[in-house]
Amino acid sequence: MTSMLNVKDLRAYYGQVQALHGLNFQLNEGSLTTLLGANGAGKTTTLRAICNMVRSTGAIEFEGKPIGTRSTENVVRLGIAHVPQGRGTFTTMTVEENLQLGAISRSDKKNIVADIERMYDHFPVLKQRYTQQAGTLSGGEQQMLAVARALMLRPRLMLLDEPSFGLAPLIVRDLFRILGKINREEKVTILVVEQNAQLALELADQAYVIETGRIVMSGNAKDIANNEDVRKSYLGY
Amino acid sequence: MELFANQVLAGIATGAIYACMALAVVMIYQAIDHLNFAQGEMAMFSTFVSWQLMQWGIPYWGAFVLTVAFSFAAGIAIERLLFKPLAKAPILTNVAGFIALYAIINSVAGLIWDFTIKQYPTPFGSSPFLGSQLISTHQAGMIGITLLMLVMLFFFFRFTRVGLAMRAAASLPESARLVGINTSWMIALGWGMAAAIGSVAGMMIAPVVFLEPNMMLGVLIYGFAAAVLGGLTSPFGAVMGGFLVGIFENLVGTYIPGVGNELKLPIALALIITVLVVKPAGLFGRPIVKRV
Repeated sequence: MTSMLNVKDLRAYYGQVQALHGLNFQLNEGSLTTLLGANGAGKTTTLRAICNMVRSTGAIEFEGKPIGTRSTENVVRLGIAHVPQGRGTFTTMTVEENLQLGAISRSDKKNIVADIERMYDHFPVLKQRYTQQAGTLSGGEQQMLAVARALMLRPRLMLLDEPSFGLAPLIVRDLFRILGKINREEKVTILVVEQNAQLALELADQAYVIETGRIVMSGNAKDIANNEDVRKSYLGY
Repeated sequence: MELFANQVLAGIATGAIYACMALAVVMIYQAIDHLNFAQGEMAMFSTFVSWQLMQWGIPYWGAFVLTVAFSFAAGIAIERLLFKPLAKAPILTNVAGFIALYAIINSVAGLIWDFTIKQYPTPFGSSPFLGSQLISTHQAGMIGITLLMLVMLFFFFRFTRVGLAMRAAASLPESARLVGINTSWMIALGWGMAAAIGSVAGMMIAPVVFLEPNMMLGVLIYGFAAAVLGGLTSPFGAVMGGFLVGIFENLVGTYIPGVGNELKLPIALALIITVLVVKPAGLFGRPIVKRV
């Protein structure tokens, strides 16, 4: 398996405060990787550093190209879709406009309409509401919309920041099932940051555990799930 | 009753001036979330440029098109050179920048073209419109141009990808960057469009108020009043606000004794304050609702 994203010695700063202390990790092409950790461990910062939304040093390579100095929008244009914490929904716009915005940097305009239809297949609930203002959707629907918006980029890599946050358990299951399907069928490499470690480990094939800005454990998701320390700290049994 | 109807009609005619200016005000507010105090001066400068072009023998509509193009480019240049470096600065720094720009443009215009009042032509003529003494063909033409710009803006924002990207950049910059929108250029584009709309406003207003470096002083305050009344987030509201301010101003002047021409400007300011207190989002603006 080839490595798609390679992160070396990543350090990130908020003003004077250092949030990441030299992270090293890599994502294999086609993999579904989860990044686990407690509150404040640096999970969100890691995703933000990849998209250059926070001051950072170190080397980030995407498909062999260094991307550390690119602006956020130019990182995204390489095919890295980022579903931020809080979903980043354009609440005053319609569902359909949100989907069109997901594809706004694409030049193949012809295929966009077909892609919107494809999203409605993945997420039928969005089809019923396509003229509705996105802000009026429920939390679960907004998360579906955020994932659909990210997919409209036709990304090679998708970064998700706590997609389960604030959602009912049944909806989380549904969402994770769809993420697995997207990973397998559309060959999108996925990095998902999660506090819901149990579900994330069931879904993922690779896992990293992060503590106070450092990777403390990495490996196969099954092995991590069976690790005693992880079970006690993150799975609670 | 006839007096009332006549005053309303006359109000609509002057309101067209405010509507035109308010459209430019709303445009820049959408892009940068601030009111640009130099907006009127930028429009005045553009109008002088068109006047100069006509002095050099270029016909009206040729000068019109060249001026709109020049203003669009100049608006972008002002943003890139002066306000992009201030993007992360506090609001007050930006306000100081607007005031500096105001003073600079005003002085430079005075330096180049001096402060004497100049006649400015109208392409629509100035005979009575449909036999009415209250509204001239020029004012009717101005209303038509304002409504045309409004329709064009509506289609631009509703049906083009750039328009969609501009709306996204204005409402949620961070999310916009995350779908690959260059938000910094969207702001520059907003400046360019506001300057272009302002130049049209200036060229429409100049035949009424005459051309001189201070021509936009009162107009801009009425433009602000119109934009605030209609709602700073809505181009349609701004235009309606412009007409309403014009009508309101005329009716108050007619029916309330003691309010002559001298007290008309305070009325605009009183209107701004009243709207901000009673209905901050304006008549047609979208109230900002936050989930807590």
